[in-house]
Order: sequence, then structure tokens, then C-alpha cells
Amino acid sequence: MSVPASGAIDCDVHPALPNTQVLLPYFDAYWKEHVQMRGLDRDNYNAAAFPVNAPINGRPDWRPEKGVPGSDFAMLQSQALDGFQNRFAICNVLHGAQAILSEDLSAAFCRAINDWIAAEWLARDPRLRASIVVPMHSPELAAKEIERCAADPRFVQVLVWEMQELPLGRRQHWPIYRAATDHDLPIGVHAGSSYRHPPTNLGWPSYYLEDYVSWSTGFAGVLNSLISEGVFVEFPRLKVVLMESGVTWLPAWMWRANKTWRGVRAEVPWLDKSPADYAREHVRLTIQPFDAPPEQGQLQRIIEEIDCDDMLLFATDYPHWHFDGTDALPDGLPDALVRKILVDNAMKTYPRLS
Amino acid sequence: MRMDAWPKDGGHPGSDLALMREQLLDAFDVSYGMMMPLLGRGGDERNVEFGAALCSAANDWEAQVWCDAEPRLKAAIQVTTEYTEAAIKEIEKRAGDRRFTHVMIPPRGLEPLGRRRYWPILEAAAANGFPIALHLGGTSGHPSTGGGWPSFYHEEHPSYPQSKEALVTSLVVEGVFEHIPNLRVALVEGGFAWLPSLCWRLDKHYKRLREEVPHLKMLPSEYVRRNIWVTTQPIEEPERPDDLLATCEWIGWDRIMFSTDYPHWDQDDPRYAFKVRVPEREKQMLFRDNALAFYTLG
Repeated sequence: MSVPASGAIDCDVHPALPNTQVLLPYFDAYWKEHVQMRGLDRDNYNAAAFPVNAPINGRPDWRPEKGVPGSDFAMLQSQALDGFQNRFAICNVLHGAQAILSEDLSAAFCRAINDWIAAEWLARDPRLRASIVVPMHSPELAAKEIERCAADPRFVQVLVWEMQELPLGRRQHWPIYRAATDHDLPIGVHAGSSYRHPPTNLGWPSYYLEDYVSWSTGFAGVLNSLISEGVFVEFPRLKVVLMESGVTWLPAWMWRANKTWRGVRAEVPWLDKSPADYAREHVRLTIQPFDAPPEQGQLQRIIEEIDCDDMLLFATDYPHWHFDGTDALPDGLPDALVRKILVDNAMKTYPRLS
Repeated sequence: MRMDAWPKDGGHPGSDLALMREQLLDAFDVSYGMMMPLLGRGGDERNVEFGAALCSAANDWEAQVWCDAEPRLKAAIQVTTEYTEAAIKEIEKRAGDRRFTHVMIPPRGLEPLGRRRYWPILEAAAANGFPIALHLGGTSGHPSTGGGWPSFYHEEHPSYPQSKEALVTSLVVEGVFEHIPNLRVALVEGGFAWLPSLCWRLDKHYKRLREEVPHLKMLPSEYVRRNIWVTTQPIEEPERPDDLLATCEWIGWDRIMFSTDYPHWDQDDPRYAFKVRVPEREKQMLFRDNALAFYTLG
């Protein structure tokens, strides 16, 4: 179905850097020289998880004539903001910066991207908000970057990849979660990998289709890690938003995780409720791409099984290509739930939107 | 392990036939028990000559020590996927021996099982009438999740379905079932409730990315429906028990086979595993008929 009302909050749009040179004004003198001297500004650092020319990463009518999908401000403004009559759209820059192995260089790129998005996108349309990109493998520098950006209320979330060096729940990462909760920033976990490991435990797949499909399994791993390590016990106000990997996998994950918890919860005695209930309280999911089952009744059952109206958030995933026409919502959702998905759930998840 | 499955003589759980009869075969009136030996691990050996020898010896041991003493038990043909010729030879050697019913491959090999280098082994299984049974296991060396090594068993145990999802994805997308249409695959010890969602996801993204995989001639879900079977343990327990029936409908009752996982701690007891009443006809399929057909035991 199309979006029935104006004023929705689009929780996942992807402005793209047209090239690395646009960042040069946002590096300090040292890093600018470093980047130029090494010729890094000639490289594009596209996130490997989102190859620019893969059909799924740019809807044909959302591709600019020149440059990469999502790099044209006017197109994004007319197609994602005006087109869907959104009240807010949250910009998530998917960029290889977060995977650069040098913590210092990665942090320098992240700072430059955050300053670039603020100056060149957020400043041009009051409906735009953004996520802070951080070097996740350097918790100290990541927390510092969160502190720095949090002074700007247009940053509403911290963005990390789902698959990195270490599972996201690992306690080394907790300074990041502490900084985020201190500033009412949810952690936005986006589909994709920094490819420190193969995306599955079987090894490297051959096709992009396999890679893309595997991302929902990465999210299941994220939940297992965050919950098992006790992240939500330590940070009871923390919200985590899983972006761009569907939602229909969630019920089966809940059933399995709950069963394991009943069997071996002595190993994780800090958990005082089931994994499914932690997820319902702390975890949110954007609905694109919705892995809609072929039959209406199946979708209704999935929604009932999730059994929580607060979890789903609207997103177009602009400019990625997940739906046809403007049918950004799956058919068959009850009206009350649609209202929550479009507006209310996001307002509760992102306190800094209010 | 089940605490009461340790034999009094100090052996390993699962090593004592009398105890296995008492706790499993007789206790539940089992007609056939499909063996999936996890020790020995010839398939995990990097020294492939040694691995092939280990597999062959373990297969003799299954047949002579177990099947000959207890005809209700059926043997797995263990192979090492990193030594194609030896694996094919081993499959051919066991063809026609009714003690063997399935080829067992540890799915975490050096590369995903759908990769073409493994096709000759899968072809040999199909050509000799054996289905492939894929338990958890293998030593790829890669972390057990795409995001790195988990800290807790509480985290690792629910990651098994993700490994199975990757396996289905690899087999289907690489084109194994287009190339070997009569290959039958059983997924063992991964539960099954995740399968419908995976199929929806595969189909959805296949429609956008199909040009990358022109070797596929049907929807991914159609290959799954034709070539893949699941075993139940550890059976998912939905918060609303009835939801399990819908899940089974979506997969197809004719593709689901009961398994206990004896003697592991998370074994499913056939009397209590289902928290919902399964209709009589479907019960027959799931507890007996599907497996008789799959393993050609009729």
C-alpha cells in the first residue's frame, strides 16, 4: 500500500558521498594532507556491502543521470521528502570509513562525514536529521565523536554496521552505548558488514544475492549478542534500531532464543526476562525491505506473533530498490498499526526528534 | 549431554548400545534411528588422506558394531569434502548396502557447500540414491556468526539456525538443485521455524538480483520446496503454541521429519516436544512416513 498520510518519519534514507574529495574541506590540516598525499581522495571508499551498480541499491527512477544513487540533494528532496510528504527523514551515510582498519584514519573520516552531512544536507532542509557515523572498532574515539556531535540536536542516532570485528554486545563496546544513552541517541544498526569475517559461518558466498539475504541472520546474531552480554541490563534506556533486513524472521528468532534461554539461563543470570521480551522493549526494526509473505493471512499472523505494536518503524530506504511504485508499506496492516509505524513509534524511539 | 546418558562404564554418551536401547529405541518404540556420529571427525581433517581413512573406518564401525547388532539403527556415510575422489569412492563403496541410508557432510567446510568444487560429491550421492544429511559441524575456521565469535553458549546455541539459513542459501543460489534436480537434503539440528521467512526473503531479493544468477530457473522457494527437508529438533516453541502448526503448513508437512538428538541435553522427547496437538494424519507423516520415504526405508 502507499503511505496513507503526510507527516511520516522516514527512518532510513541514504545520502551518498559523490566522491571522497567533497570531504577535503572537513578534514583538519593534518588529515587533509595525509589523505591527499596518499591519494586516498581518489578512492571512493564505497561500502562493499552496497555495490553502487547492484540493481537493489538504486531504483531505476531514483538514479541520478550522473553520479551515485543518493548523491543528488535535489532528487532526494523531491523524491524522498516531498514525494512521501515526510515530516522527518533520518540520513544514514553508508560509507567504508567505518571499516578502515586504522582507528585514527577511520575516526578522521567519520568526523569529516558527520560535518559534511550537517553542513551540506541538514542545513539545506529542515526535515532532514542524521545518524552519527563512528569508528566502532575504536570505542574510545567513537564515544568522543558521539560527544562532539551530540551538541547538534539534528543528530538523532548513532550508526554502526551489524557485522564488525566483534559481536556488538561485547563489553569493549559499552563506552559507545554509555555515550549514546547519555544523549538520548539510539544505536542504529544497519545491514551490512565491515567484512572482517565472512558474513556466514560457512565462509564467503559467491553471489551478492547470498550476501544480501544473509543480513537478516546477522541481525539475529546482533540480538543474541546484545541480549546475552547484558547490554540492556546495563543500559535500561537504550534503544537499538535494526535497519534494512526485513522483519518476518523475528518470530522464529524469538521462539528459538526463548527456548535456549529457558535451557541455559544459568549462564547469563543477569537476564530477568526472556530474549523476546528484551527485544520488544529495546529493539526496533525499519520495515524496508519488507520480506512480505505471499499471502495476507501469513502477514497478519507474523504481526500477531511479533506481538508488539511499538517495534516497527517506517523507512523508504531511499534510494535503494525494495518496492515498486510508491508502495512503501506492505498491504494488510491494520490502520492503528500503520499510524504507529509511520509516526508514533519513531517519535518514541528518537527522543531528539521532539 | 543428558546427565543420565553417561554410561556407568565411564564411556561417552551415545557409546553404549544397551543404554541407547533403554533410553531411546525401546523407550519410544523407535522403528529406525538414523545415526549421525559426531566423533571421529574424518570430515574435519586437513590431512585429507588421513581424513578419508578415518571416514572409511568410522563407516565400517557404524555398520559392523552398531547396525549389525541393532538393525533399527541406520548408518551415515561419512565423507571428507576436501578429497573429492575419496568421497565419491566411499559413497560408491556403500551403495547397495542397506545398512547405510544417508551421506553425512559437516557443512562448515573450507567453503560454503553450494560451491561448485563440491558438486561431484553431491552428484555421487544423488546418483547412488543417497540423500545428504547436514548436521551442524565442521571446522571452517570462520567465526560462528558473521559478526564474530560469540561469548556465551546462550548466544551460540540460537545461532545454529543462522548457519542453516546460510546453507540453504548457498545450495539454492549456487544452483546445486538446478544442476542435480534429484538431490535430497535434510537439515539436522537446526529447528525449522526460520525456513518460511528465509524463503520469502530469498524470493523477494531474487526478483531484484536475478540477473546475477541466470542459472536459476525457478524461484528459490521452489527449489527449497522440492529438494530440502527439515528435522524438528530443537523444535521451536512459539509463545502461542498454535503458531507452530501454521509454520509447518507453510513449510509443508511432507517435508518435516522428527528427530530427538539423543543423547544431547537439548534432546526432544517425542511425547512432549510439541506443545500443540498435531492432527493425526500429519503426526504420521512427521513421525514416520516422511522419513521412510526420504531414507527409502519403505
